[in-house]
Amino acid sequence: MTTIKTVGVAGSGTMGAGIAIVAARAGFKTIVYDTNIEALARARKQTEGFFAKSVERKKLTGDEVERILGDLSATTDAGQFAQCDVVIEAVYEDLKVKHELFRRIDPVCRPHTIFGSNTSTLSITEIAAGSGRDDRFVGMHFCLPAQLMKLVEMSPGLNTSEETFQRAWEFCKAMGQVPVRTKDSPGFILNYFLIPFNNDAIRLVESGVAAPADIDRAIKTALGYAMGPLELLDLVGLDTHLLVAEALYAATHDSRAAAPALVKRMIAAGKLGRKAGEGFYKYEGSAMFGG
Amino acid sequence: MEYQVICAGESRSFSRDHPLVAGGKDSGQVVVIIGADAGAAFRRLRDTDRMAAVLLIELGTECLGVHTGEARGEEGSNVLGFARFRLGDAAPSDLVELVRQPRTAEAALSAARLVFESAGLKVSTCGDFAGRIIDRLVRPYYNAALRRLDEGLASAQDLDTTLKLGLGYPEGPIELLERTGLAHHYDVAQALFEASSDPAYAPARRARVAKQRRES
Ligand SMILES: NC(=O)c1ccc[n+]([C@@H]2O[C@H](COP(=O)([O-])OP(=O)(O)OC[C@H]3O[C@@H](n4cnc5c(N)ncnc54)[C@H](O)[C@@H]3O)[C@@H](O)[C@H]2O)c1
Repeated sequence: MTTIKTVGVAGSGTMGAGIAIVAARAGFKTIVYDTNIEALARARKQTEGFFAKSVERKKLTGDEVERILGDLSATTDAGQFAQCDVVIEAVYEDLKVKHELFRRIDPVCRPHTIFGSNTSTLSITEIAAGSGRDDRFVGMHFCLPAQLMKLVEMSPGLNTSEETFQRAWEFCKAMGQVPVRTKDSPGFILNYFLIPFNNDAIRLVESGVAAPADIDRAIKTALGYAMGPLELLDLVGLDTHLLVAEALYAATHDSRAAAPALVKRMIAAGKLGRKAGEGFYKYEGSAMFGG
Repeated sequence: MEYQVICAGESRSFSRDHPLVAGGKDSGQVVVIIGADAGAAFRRLRDTDRMAAVLLIELGTECLGVHTGEARGEEGSNVLGFARFRLGDAAPSDLVELVRQPRTAEAALSAARLVFESAGLKVSTCGDFAGRIIDRLVRPYYNAALRRLDEGLASAQDLDTTLKLGLGYPEGPIELLERTGLAHHYDVAQALFEASSDPAYAPARRARVAKQRRES
């Protein structure tokens, strides 16, 4: 069994940048590949800022950060993945884009290299089918923000070998993450439960059962959740919620996964959530009104 | 604010020494009717007594309209319903779901809020719907968790770990149901299913089994 030393991350957006931080911080040589050079530059800047804060908070020393940043490289050349023992993709959530990526890197990568996908809503088996190595393919769903959240939902595709899954599992633990095993099933665990729950909360508002602040207060008081569902939706953004809900509904046809009509109306009215200054609540700066 | 407490049978969520019960006076502008028979006690009150005060009726799974009557969406008065949320065998929470109707007097709402908050409780107001806020949200989620466990989506431990680590929930759904009672989940979900015909409330197999074992 080849030990994993070098990690490739495809896609240097929100998730890819976070996953690269996790891998490099744990001591892996990490190569981030993106077709967009600006995305790479942006991620590098954010990464340096993140580690500067880690030093400030005394989580890491300056020397450690220097080592980590030295191990973290960025490229627009997919050929660099030839060095990698594992490649995790975090490119756009589009089966075609993901297949194109793997078609390009499969001939470059060595036979033992494992491919992983951070997809939230697509099927691991379907992505693997276009990867050129569906027996060495595994779902690795990190949570946002990946650099802070420990959970990784790991799913084997229908053709994934148990050996591959075990290697990927050990690698995940070696990155300091907490893996859980789930079937290759729409939404895996987290989104499968969260999206319908949040839709149900929106339906309570829509049908006049209760106001957002009453619902959030109830959930936090009765169940000890840190955040109510409508506060969380405002943070995630209703546009993002709609995308995931539509994908989950398309895959499951579960009516609870379908976004209520209110979501589209709020998006049309510009009430996207915190980033727009208004969603279920109104925001001014970081303060929240209406709670 | 002074309030009177009428005890009508055993309450599921309030002991006699809870500040809300212990803080009651002989009379007051607000009358809190507590216990399993609160609705019946309310209906036995004379009309003059019903008009004189703000009346708060402790509810079970039933709607407030069962006690007050309803009038083409125009119902509402100085009478409100309430329920202190409690999950199965767990200790009652600090949440009071305060049930209003379309024309409930705002002054009655404010008075009710004050009474509960001065007893250390937190209040969420909601309309007169079966399941109110929490049960409407959590019962489909608990059913889905039990069904997915049956279908082998993940182990019980991994289901719980995912929801705790991924969403910061203090407890995963399976361990929570084990702690608070699967059969109790059955009772609440079944009542909601009967009230709504929504299959999301239909008790999951594991809850049904727990209920059957408790009865056998
Ligand atoms: N954002 C989240 O909350 C979240 C959480 C978990 C999983 N995911 C999943 O992670 C993946 C990425 O999401 P994101 O939010 O980071 O997206 P993003 O849009 O922030 O980043 C995607 C990056 O991929 C790059 N890219 C696109 N096509 C490429 C290609 N063919 N080769 C190389 N790079 C390419 C883009 O230039 C961009 O920088 C998606 O599959 C998404 O479902 C997202």
